[in-house]
Amino acid sequence: MASTLTPPVPTRRPKDDTALALAFILPALLGFVAFLLWPTLRGIYLSFTSYNLLTPPKWVGLANYQRMFVDPIFWNAVKVTLEYVIINIALQTVVALLIAVLMDRLTKSTLVRGLVLTPYLVSNVVVAMVFLWILDAQLGIGNQFLAWLGVDPIGFFTEEKWVIPTIALVNVWRHMGYTALLIFAGLQTIPQTAYEAAKVDGASEWKTFWRITLPLLRPILALVLIMTVIGSFQVFDTVAVTTAGGPVNSSRVLQHYIYTMAFGRFQFGYASALSVALLVLLMVITVIQYRLTRAGETDLN
Amino acid sequence: MNNRFARAAMAAATAFGLVLTGCSSSSGDDATQSSSSNVIDYWLWDSAQQPGYQKCADAFAQQNPGLTVNITQIGWDDYWTKLTAGFIADEAPDVFTNHLSKYAQFVDLGVLLPLDDLGPTSGITSSDYQEGLGDLWVGQDGKRYGAPKDWDTIAYFYDAKVTEKAGITKAQLDSMTWNPDDGGTFEDVIAHLTVDTKGVRGDEPGFDKNHVAVYGLASDGSGGENFGQTQWGAYTATLGWTATDKNPWGTHFNLDDANFQKAIDWYYGLAQKGYMPKYSTFGKSSGSYAQFAAGKAALAMNGSWMISSFASLEDVDLEIAPTPVGPSGDRSSPFNGLADSITKFTDNADGSAKWVAYMASDACQNVIGESGVVFPARPAGTARSVAVRKEAGIDVTPFTVHITDGTTKLLNVVNNAADLAALTGPEFDAIYIGSKKASDLTELNGQINKLFEYASK
Repeated sequence: MASTLTPPVPTRRPKDDTALALAFILPALLGFVAFLLWPTLRGIYLSFTSYNLLTPPKWVGLANYQRMFVDPIFWNAVKVTLEYVIINIALQTVVALLIAVLMDRLTKSTLVRGLVLTPYLVSNVVVAMVFLWILDAQLGIGNQFLAWLGVDPIGFFTEEKWVIPTIALVNVWRHMGYTALLIFAGLQTIPQTAYEAAKVDGASEWKTFWRITLPLLRPILALVLIMTVIGSFQVFDTVAVTTAGGPVNSSRVLQHYIYTMAFGRFQFGYASALSVALLVLLMVITVIQYRLTRAGETDLN
Repeated sequence: MNNRFARAAMAAATAFGLVLTGCSSSSGDDATQSSSSNVIDYWLWDSAQQPGYQKCADAFAQQNPGLTVNITQIGWDDYWTKLTAGFIADEAPDVFTNHLSKYAQFVDLGVLLPLDDLGPTSGITSSDYQEGLGDLWVGQDGKRYGAPKDWDTIAYFYDAKVTEKAGITKAQLDSMTWNPDDGGTFEDVIAHLTVDTKGVRGDEPGFDKNHVAVYGLASDGSGGENFGQTQWGAYTATLGWTATDKNPWGTHFNLDDANFQKAIDWYYGLAQKGYMPKYSTFGKSSGSYAQFAAGKAALAMNGSWMISSFASLEDVDLEIAPTPVGPSGDRSSPFNGLADSITKFTDNADGSAKWVAYMASDACQNVIGESGVVFPARPAGTARSVAVRKEAGIDVTPFTVHITDGTTKLLNVVNNAADLAALTGPEFDAIYIGSKKASDLTELNGQINKLFEYASK
């Protein structure tokens, strides 16, 4: 480098890279400000207003939040969303972990890996439509199958007690392959020597899973969990396509309630307040998860 | 899903997908044509009516050199979402078909032009149209926001082959009575038309209400969002019951009325008896038309706008029966009317008004009557439409009898319709399902009245 040839002069020691750094950061920063920071701030501002999108917002202070605390449909939406997340995440994580470990321990075939990912390639809306027809209480092949087994038709998308489990399972089907692939990538970071050592010690496959795979996978698993939980809270498309929140309010998840409040009832102020509530909820849950799973640390050293 | 932004983007994409479906076929035209103020963009949702209005548009273009009309048809579900998006993005049509349950909100949002202020439409008077239709489109400010184009009433469609096989005569179906206690002869008829999977009829011993092959009466959802227009509205009106204290622009609701609640209990009770499908059987995915077309129901209550759809079913000997005579001694039918409105986003208000005035005139309404899809709002057009259907072999008297007898019941026009529907929709669903009782409507009625008190402040 040219600068090293001449003796270093204290004043022009390492070249100042700030301008260059800013130039590199600028595009991303602009995008961040325009598409994330500004909409978030504006959303928070709108949550303190009464706004119908066509006339200017009117400041109403905390009225939207006061209304939220006494709105039974909001609290029901929180409950329904939590129910969905718990069923969705619990099943999805277990199934994905199983698939990932099987892929890692049994076969290295790229074809199998590709096949596992296929449900994820289908659009959410298409998946929802297909399952809506398969599980239709009258015409669906799913219920025809149940009829052969001698079971009465089940209104998967029309009975209050079935809708949320059904929607959660549909999304497990779609996302498990993708989650499995993430976990699979995590498994690759576990050194083979650990498995070899276990084998030498005569540990069973079962014991190896609990003593080696799971503990060493913890940081990756924690990160996958944080991401899937956040994603799970945002459930909207499957609900919009299959039940539109019904029957009654049994599948009215938060996102769908926010959507109908804004685009159906033109109450963008209140919808913004509901969105802020979702944001706060997600932040709290993510921080708790991060702390509980010690996601930032690793046991590999 | 990997992260929140991807998921949020997906949700947004879905929402926009909903918004954009239906426009794909015409978006190219829109982009090139709407820039010119000589082209009037006109939206409607009923594909069956598009050919008729195209004829009107062609005749209109001939009479008004320099003006053309570009018609876009968008299915009902996407229509309102796309219209809303259009208002927000300043991409709304010049003129669109408006619905009574939606227009109050648009007046509130200030997106409609008052027709009295525009030359060509200032002469529209309510008395030129079937009684009551014109007044509904006058807002609380006394200005007209819609030019009446058509009307509809409710009746039962049935297959004469099915009823004859059951031994039910046309005379029986034409003279049904109803009361909220035992359902009158109407309930006898649908009980007899119900058949379980073993072939036992609903009024015979050994009937298995949990395994029904053909229901006597099709269901069309709970009707909570539209005052039971194609569900229970025809029955409750014969009790002398009205949903609001006045119509249009009522502010006090009567869902706490004991007689009304009794009728509601009776109606959804039909599902418990097996004469009508339970909520979970069809959900919201298929209404009375689909159930009838699939041979799952004998009587299908539906609106006059569905006549041509029912008539197109193969292997069906289609007949129509009027709604039953209730405790008031008369029949009754919910009465609804569509109208054309002009948006404030139009780039040619005068041309748009000319087009609206043309659609509201005899010239166009007779053409619409001729096409035999809906009943035009002007009496002459109605007469044309009835004659055309008679030639086609369909007797539509069960729909028109309400006009001649004066037994129509105008659909309720209220403010806060979207908020109201968000409360009543789930509640009536719950009563249909059985998780709530009709008496729970008293509490809901209090909430609704409070909503209107609060909103009027």
